[in-house]
Amino acid sequence: MEQPFIVDDPSTDTFRINRRAMVDPEVLAAERANIFDRTWLYLGHESEVAQPGDYVSRTVGGRALVLCRDHDGTVRVWLNTCTHRGATVCRETKGHGRFLTCFYHAWSFDLAGNLTTLPDAEAYGPGFDKAALALKAPPRVDTYRGFVFVSYNPAVIPLVDHLAGARDYLDLVCEQSDTTMAILPGTQEYSIEANWKLLVENSIDGYHAMSTHATYMDYLITAMRKAAEALGEKLAPPSLDGHAHDLGNGHAVIEYTAPWARPTARWAGPLDPALREPLAARRAELAERYGEERARRICETSRNLFIFPNLIVNDIMAVTVRAFEPVTPGLMHVRAWELAPVGEPAALHEVRLDNFLTFLGPGGLATPDDVEALECCQRGFTSWRELPWSDISRGMAQERPGITDELQMRVFWRRWNQMIGGDPAAAGGGEGETPVRLHAVGGGR
Amino acid sequence: MAVGLDLSRAEAEDFLYDEADLLDGWDLEAWLALCTDDVVYEVPATGLPDGSPATSLFLIHDDRFMLESRIKRLLSRNAHAENPRSRTRRLITNVRVGPAGDGDGAADEAAVRASFHVIRFRDDAMHHYVGRYSYRLRSVDGQLRIAHRRAALDADSLRHSGGKVSILL
Repeated sequence: MEQPFIVDDPSTDTFRINRRAMVDPEVLAAERANIFDRTWLYLGHESEVAQPGDYVSRTVGGRALVLCRDHDGTVRVWLNTCTHRGATVCRETKGHGRFLTCFYHAWSFDLAGNLTTLPDAEAYGPGFDKAALALKAPPRVDTYRGFVFVSYNPAVIPLVDHLAGARDYLDLVCEQSDTTMAILPGTQEYSIEANWKLLVENSIDGYHAMSTHATYMDYLITAMRKAAEALGEKLAPPSLDGHAHDLGNGHAVIEYTAPWARPTARWAGPLDPALREPLAARRAELAERYGEERARRICETSRNLFIFPNLIVNDIMAVTVRAFEPVTPGLMHVRAWELAPVGEPAALHEVRLDNFLTFLGPGGLATPDDVEALECCQRGFTSWRELPWSDISRGMAQERPGITDELQMRVFWRRWNQMIGGDPAAAGGGEGETPVRLHAVGGGR
Repeated sequence: MAVGLDLSRAEAEDFLYDEADLLDGWDLEAWLALCTDDVVYEVPATGLPDGSPATSLFLIHDDRFMLESRIKRLLSRNAHAENPRSRTRRLITNVRVGPAGDGDGAADEAAVRASFHVIRFRDDAMHHYVGRYSYRLRSVDGQLRIAHRRAALDADSLRHSGGKVSILL
């Protein structure tokens, strides 16, 4: 008797995940073939290569890539491999220059990908086609509001269709700026000894906020009380309140009001009371531009946005962009950046940077405990054969699930289940390729 | 511009070794008492050891209130990443006293640099933090106090450090 990966039964409000999905190397192989090789993956942000000649290198979906801006100002993505014999053409994580040169045999490429020079080229004879030996791009590259995505599936649906309802939430994040948003210098580069799907769940999980992050909440309330006392005001009881939304194609969001300050544009302790006025003025400007309701959402609400399968944009006490990459079933690499409005006044910008660090990142008051929680789950999964099921049914009976419910995780898992089963339609095409078939777990194993 | 406080290397070393002992012993309140009211404690992002916390993403940039909150958290039962607590050993070496870079310290301050290797043990794993300390130590009522303390890591990522900085570096 075989068991499925997911039990999804609305008649009994049951949603369960088989923990084998978190530990089995066969599942990871199927995820690589049926998800990471077939859909859109987040690579980076155009602002990371702001000037012509800028480049960054990183691994996405298991492939070494270079993101760069060529000398005409066009953002380009190249497979980080020499067309000659394969060595990486970029060995720095970040740099600036006119050429990417493979040191092995000194083949040199400009940032538009053209093979410009190679030693002793004449030895190759008249049939040698330099143009055909240009750097190669991934099959598909596209951007939305500065976010650069790649796909290794030539037949993948257009990015704009893939993003579906997530577009409006990326828009909300970007509307904090009158011009554009940019990734700031500095990357929080870490790892978690846990399955990558645990970070998807955790990044959009409102239920764990009060338990896992009790020490952050304590910090926040202390800071807010100090500010309220200094102003001779009464502290409103802090609460988290909002809803989860299915954005299509496996993307999901929780949007809610929270007690913390937002640099665009909600004042609260521990911010300097002197910032109250400028933040109110900023909010009024946004209301003028977008209308009161949109401005309320931009400024007052926080959102934890998941874009299937490897991107989190959490617009909370600051904006973090977080991408992850499975390495083994029990290990993921994580990169986190800070996204901020370009041209923000220095005083507000510094507050944004500090507000980020109160909660976010591997040195914050919260993220280390998330890392611990995920690693504890992974350790618990060692008994997956004896206790195969995790429960993600919270809020199934609710008409409008709240942020402490688990609708947003079910949205992810349903899409995962559809794609892992090798449904080619799930990635929007890919005719002619045979999806990997993964056998469901045998009962009693 | 040279900094003003006259401090020998032996005095600086004594201070750093005592400090390391307090941190390894989880005597965090006693350690906090070594800090000035305007203390800044910071850990730049890996890959950007010379960044500025006003313009780039860091791992830690604490003022006194944030540092107090961090210590209160670490001493509570709810700092889950440190419950149960890790055991650490700090090896501090290559101590130098004198102007560090563009040090613009005040007359009552000395700049101290040192190399560190903090080893963290927990769950039968060993995590390494290797890097450089830059201090501004200030004389307050005849006692040395920490006015500024930066721990800049040499690694490219936190992948050899348990994926986090859950202790005071």
